[in-house]
Amino acid sequence: MQYFLELSCSGLVRGSIYALIALGYTMVYGIIQLINFAHGEVYMIGAFIALIVSGVLTIYGFSGFSILILAALIAAVYAAAYGYTLEKIAYRPLRNAPRLSPLISAIGMSLFLQNYVLLAQTPDFLPFPSLIPDFDFMEPIAHIMGSAELVILVTSAITMIALTVLIKYTRIGKAMRATQQDMTMARLVGVNVDNVISMTFVIGSVLAAIGGVLVGSYIGQINFYIGFMAGVKAFTAAVLGGIGNIPGAALGALVLGLAESYAAGYVSSAYEDVFAFGVLVLILILRPAGLLGKAVKQKV
Amino acid sequence: MLELRKVETYYGNIQALKSISIDVNEGEIVTLIGANGAGKSTTLMTICGVTPPRKGEIYFKGAPIHKMSTDKIVALGLVQVPEGRRIFPNMSVLENLEMGTFLRRDKSDIQKDIDYVFDLFPILAQRRSQLGGTLSGGEQQMLAISRALMARPRVLLLDEPSLGLAPLIIKQIFEIIKKVNEEQKTTVFLVEQNANQALKLAHRGYVMENGRITLTDTAEKLLDNEQVKKAYLGL
Repeated sequence: MQYFLELSCSGLVRGSIYALIALGYTMVYGIIQLINFAHGEVYMIGAFIALIVSGVLTIYGFSGFSILILAALIAAVYAAAYGYTLEKIAYRPLRNAPRLSPLISAIGMSLFLQNYVLLAQTPDFLPFPSLIPDFDFMEPIAHIMGSAELVILVTSAITMIALTVLIKYTRIGKAMRATQQDMTMARLVGVNVDNVISMTFVIGSVLAAIGGVLVGSYIGQINFYIGFMAGVKAFTAAVLGGIGNIPGAALGALVLGLAESYAAGYVSSAYEDVFAFGVLVLILILRPAGLLGKAVKQKV
Repeated sequence: MLELRKVETYYGNIQALKSISIDVNEGEIVTLIGANGAGKSTTLMTICGVTPPRKGEIYFKGAPIHKMSTDKIVALGLVQVPEGRRIFPNMSVLENLEMGTFLRRDKSDIQKDIDYVFDLFPILAQRRSQLGGTLSGGEQQMLAISRALMARPRVLLLDEPSLGLAPLIIKQIFEIIKKVNEEQKTTVFLVEQNANQALKLAHRGYVMENGRITLTDTAEKLLDNEQVKKAYLGL
């Protein structure tokens, strides 16, 4: 039983990280039907910025939690700038091009950003400081859930609640929903659709950066390639939940994280990816539109 | 109020509007009639900057608007009720109305305007929390007009508000258009295939064929015009 709880906990932690990244994929897809393959790279860059910032702050005598918060903030700002620029130079000029063109542009940006970080930093894994202190109150259950895991779960939950509130009640959130449902009509009520698309990339990138910081601190090492696998998994999670559907992405991510964790724990950690993608295949056979996705009826 | 001067619009290499000129004066109801594919909807989308003209000019109150982005044009008070209604399907009736006020700064009067459109279309008040996509065609058309009115338009651009609706509902909607024009002094530019109804409502009319304006006159004279009778009124 304890082993099951441990696995469930680590599955939820993985899942909530996937969710933070998957939300960026699904929001962008919902609005411009583009799979932003460079999104995983934004997550990776977020982790690198956090590593650099935490190194600098340590020299200046900051400690533990304050570093984590400052590093996350600065990483979020940087990632937002990357997301904004990415859309502006790689996707906006192709807005009216055939759908394959921005997709290829996205793959190009992904490769470019990976290699840029490879050259600017190093191909090796870099140690990432553990920024999350051990809380005393977690002592009694530390064998099931550690402090780092608690911080990740709580941070992801707060971030996702904040996103839900933003989309439901704020002006930009309403503009995003309107644009997703009917872009031409959104323009006709006065929504500046270009700004909405930029903001979608910015918000998605901030979420990914927060994920990057949390993972860096949790796993303890990062390199230029971590965005690729995380991106593929998060994309899988988004498809699993129904691409374009925001609660779906969160649910898909948690299902994926748990599936991986149980597979690693009960079968073999070498097979965790097989199970993760196996779940995807199974769900796509049974529910082609994803867990919460609605099949789109084509009007004729 | 609104002037189109030799406007030409293209979809890729295909020319949809061939040098059209239209005037709409303040307080008027002007109708643009024509067959399917004549370019009527394109005219409205060109005015709103969704398919900007390649040649020609469009002026609103004397100022050029043909190079402006859609949101800037809407902010001037040119508000369109597009063909097919385009209700936001996953938003409630109230949220759809709220989207109409997206650019308004005087947020305090919004409740008053919501009451006003609920007074025009009482059925919408009953459906206020229902999702837009679940409404019937007639209700959606009422909501689309209401959403446009929420923006407090100077010029209301209507694209085939009668399309696919029962005669009784069409009558109701045309009465509301007349009421809005008289009570709110809103200028109306009405695109219609239903030439008979449109010409009875309007002060002046334009006839469009294959992307060209072929005829223009007062609505009464157009109703009597032999050519119009034969081609559009089925007489």
